[in-house]
Amino acid sequence: MLTEALVVSAVLFVVGTFGVLVRRNAIIMFLCIELQLNAANLSFVALSRYLGMDGQIFVFFVMTVAAAEAAVGLAIIISIFRHYETVSVDNFNLLKW
Amino acid sequence: MAEILFYVFSAVAVGSAIAMVTRSNPVASLLFMVATLASLAGLYVLFEAHFLAAVQIIVYAGAIMVLFLFVIMLLNLGHDYQRDLKGGVWAILSFIVAGAMAGILARQFGGSGASPIYERFQGAERMDALLAEKGAVGAIAHPLFTDYVVAFELVGILLLVAVVGAVALAKRKV
Amino acid sequence: MTLPLGYFVLQQGHELQAAQGHAGEAFEPFLPGLVVLLPLLGFLLNGALALAASRRSAEAVRGGGELDFFQGGKRPLTHVLPTWIGPGVIGLAFVIVLVNFFRMLGADLHEPVVRTYWTWMATGSLQVDAALQLDQLSMVMMLVVTGVSFLIHIFSVGYMGDDQGYPRYFAYLNLFVFFMLTLVMGANFPVLFVGWEGVGFCSYILIGYWFSDREKADAGKKAFVVNRIGDFGFLVAMFLIFTIFGTLNFTEVFEAAPATLAYGGALVTAITLLLLLGATGKSAQIPLYVWLPDAMAGPTPVSALIHAATMVTAGVYMVARTSVLFALAPVGGLSVALIGAATALFAATIGLAQYDIKKVLAYSTISQLGYMFIGVGVGAYAAGIFHLMTHAFFKALLFLGSGAVIHAMHHALHHTHNHADPQDMRNMGGLKKYMPVTWIVMWVATLAIAGIWPFAGFFSKDEIIWYAGARAAGTYGGWFTLIWIMALAAAMITAVYMTRLMVMTFHGANRTGQEEARHLHEAPWVMTVPLMVLAVLSVFGGWVNVPHAISESFLGGFGLLPMTEWMHEWLHPVAGLATEIQAANAGDFSHHSPFGGGELLWALLSTAAALVVVLVSARVVGGFKILPAHQSREPSGFKKVLFKKYYVDEIYDGLVVQPLLKASRFAWKVIDAGVVDGIANGLGHTARAAGWFGSLFQTGSVNTYALFLAIGVLVILGVIAF
Repeated sequence: MLTEALVVSAVLFVVGTFGVLVRRNAIIMFLCIELQLNAANLSFVALSRYLGMDGQIFVFFVMTVAAAEAAVGLAIIISIFRHYETVSVDNFNLLKW
Repeated sequence: MAEILFYVFSAVAVGSAIAMVTRSNPVASLLFMVATLASLAGLYVLFEAHFLAAVQIIVYAGAIMVLFLFVIMLLNLGHDYQRDLKGGVWAILSFIVAGAMAGILARQFGGSGASPIYERFQGAERMDALLAEKGAVGAIAHPLFTDYVVAFELVGILLLVAVVGAVALAKRKV
Repeated sequence: MTLPLGYFVLQQGHELQAAQGHAGEAFEPFLPGLVVLLPLLGFLLNGALALAASRRSAEAVRGGGELDFFQGGKRPLTHVLPTWIGPGVIGLAFVIVLVNFFRMLGADLHEPVVRTYWTWMATGSLQVDAALQLDQLSMVMMLVVTGVSFLIHIFSVGYMGDDQGYPRYFAYLNLFVFFMLTLVMGANFPVLFVGWEGVGFCSYILIGYWFSDREKADAGKKAFVVNRIGDFGFLVAMFLIFTIFGTLNFTEVFEAAPATLAYGGALVTAITLLLLLGATGKSAQIPLYVWLPDAMAGPTPVSALIHAATMVTAGVYMVARTSVLFALAPVGGLSVALIGAATALFAATIGLAQYDIKKVLAYSTISQLGYMFIGVGVGAYAAGIFHLMTHAFFKALLFLGSGAVIHAMHHALHHTHNHADPQDMRNMGGLKKYMPVTWIVMWVATLAIAGIWPFAGFFSKDEIIWYAGARAAGTYGGWFTLIWIMALAAAMITAVYMTRLMVMTFHGANRTGQEEARHLHEAPWVMTVPLMVLAVLSVFGGWVNVPHAISESFLGGFGLLPMTEWMHEWLHPVAGLATEIQAANAGDFSHHSPFGGGELLWALLSTAAALVVVLVSARVVGGFKILPAHQSREPSGFKKVLFKKYYVDEIYDGLVVQPLLKASRFAWKVIDAGVVDGIANGLGHTARAAGWFGSLFQTGSVNTYALFLAIGVLVILGVIAF
């Protein structure tokens, strides 16, 4: 079961990467990043079953930090929205030469 | 039985993830994400991480996803949504990159058994014993408050900072 | 007046001969450094005056006009002081040299006396001092240089008196004498080379003295560039000598030479041939003589001093100084003599067809320098230096005399605003009526150069030809016979062209024009007195080295003429080692003659032949119908080839100058502007292009950045997995 779990985790991670690369909506991009985090969490949990409690502790902390990060990230997106009137990342191109 | 459940939950998780990535409607995308998170919680239970499964439902699916939903509603993105995915060359390129990544990872994990991880399979019985002794919550609480108490406290401060930061960022100008 | 003078000279000569060889006190030099420094002081003072004058002139030009220093009749101070400073310092130097000479006579000097003043270079194994060497050879050269240049300085006061750059002229002339004295008094190769280069530089600034005339400036440039080619040979020879001997001092090198260098070996032959290259540049021999005829663009006293008496003799001096090396390399010595003979004959033939009086004298100088080369090349060092001395007298006299003629012609043509060339002999004629003193002294010089007894040239030239013939009995005998024949032929041709010069200039009918002839007059006394002094020297100067073989005969005045082979014995301590080496290895044939008969017979024959040639050519040239220059036709046929100097300048231009120019242009346009600048600019363009390429990645789109991130992760995974 371990191998299958790891493969599932990898697949979820890759799906999340694909989502980050092709989505235009900033909030959905962020959501795909959360999916990547969850894929990593699954991998940790699967391994901790055999290697010890530390994996689950790690997952605990990851979830906490993900929550904090989601809050702050969404606050940033809201303040950007106030400026651009849109959340499409095509318009966030101030870094363009 | 556990095998069948495992495959069911995995399928739901992967399917929902793919659906999430391909929807144009942000709300639909978000709801599919919730489904993915829920099936992941199920997978956690199958791996005897009961506490984490509960926290996943409560915190992740319950709080974070609701926060996302609130923001989407706040920005009024639920109506008049256009096709959101970048198409054409870009999609192909991204698919190739992602596919390559998947291939490499699968090869590593599914590999011909050379990985040293697979040699340490003796831990399953130890985990069972631990769970039987302390219970699901106690098993995770004990290291958390003894070995990792510093990290625990720091995370608390981190959450405080995040709250303050979010409020400061999202405030309207005064 | 000449008889009592002659008697006085004879007396002094006998005394001088008796005084020699006194095993007396050691030679104590008297202020040798001052000899060199006095002309330098003259240069500095005259230079300061020249700067002051030029400042006034520049101010006038800025004000819109030109400054004529002589208007209003009152000469300014800057144009009066050089008259005294210029010749004065040289005169003082000459007096000091005389004191040293008499001291050296009284002492019996076997080793050179070296005075070291300071250490010039001391790096690693190279130790070069600023040192002066006084021995018999340098004493002879010092006497000639200071004496003749003193007379020429006095002449210049009259000749250049009306020139606007009067102080500048004397500054340059003094500087030249300073460098020439450094050259002849140097105790090691580098100091000699300083003088060598210095006289080359002074030659450049003096030839191009009237630099506003483009042709004259170009002549100066040509002299310097051609000299430089020779200097390269000299430098490489110096490097070789240092490598072999580890030192550059004359005394040390020549002492160690016979032991260190193999007789006739490749090394010593290479050294001597390279030294010869240097000498041909400085002394205007084939192939580097082309600068000397052009150098006639300079003022006539400059031609007299530099290109007759002193600078061009530096090459001969150098060969005589390094006589030991040339004795050790028979091929080197033979090359010197061969080049000398070829040049003597070649230049003499060109002199036959020239119309400019100074050009005839220039080719005559080249020819006579060839004789000196023959002398030092066959090993007759005393004879070569002897001819150097006598040649200085009569050639300087010839040049100064021609200067007086040109001076008079210039005045005459100037008065009538005639634009004819004052130096063209076709415009002269019959000048003996107007310039009798000049006429007489120039005939004295002509007889001397033609080698007619008892004038100076006879004794010196005869001895050289004799020694050349004597070597015909030894190794390379055939070559020496050839040299002997060429020298004799050149002597005859010399007589012809000199007589032609005299007849065209002074005899016959005057072609200058009636109006102009009224303004022809003798030169002022400041110019004629040096001429007369030089004439006296040309008469009696040869009597210091009468060969033993003829001294008892009529030619030697039946023993009355003093100083039998005085020069020979005087120079023995310097040239003795070389003569010994040569006698030991090539045989001593100093009493052999190529076609039988003794020295006396050949001497009689040669002087008689020369006299006959002079008389015949005087009659023949006198019979020619000569037209003034603007009416004359261009010469044709073989005469044209001679007139055009065998087209050597054109050949050099085509073979050397043009290819060099083309190569330079190629290097400039293709390599420098094209390749080098192209690379530099190309680098700039490449940097710009690279920057543009890099800018393409900055799209500002988050998705793009995410893609790059993903690709990076992929790469890392790949590295880990594989």
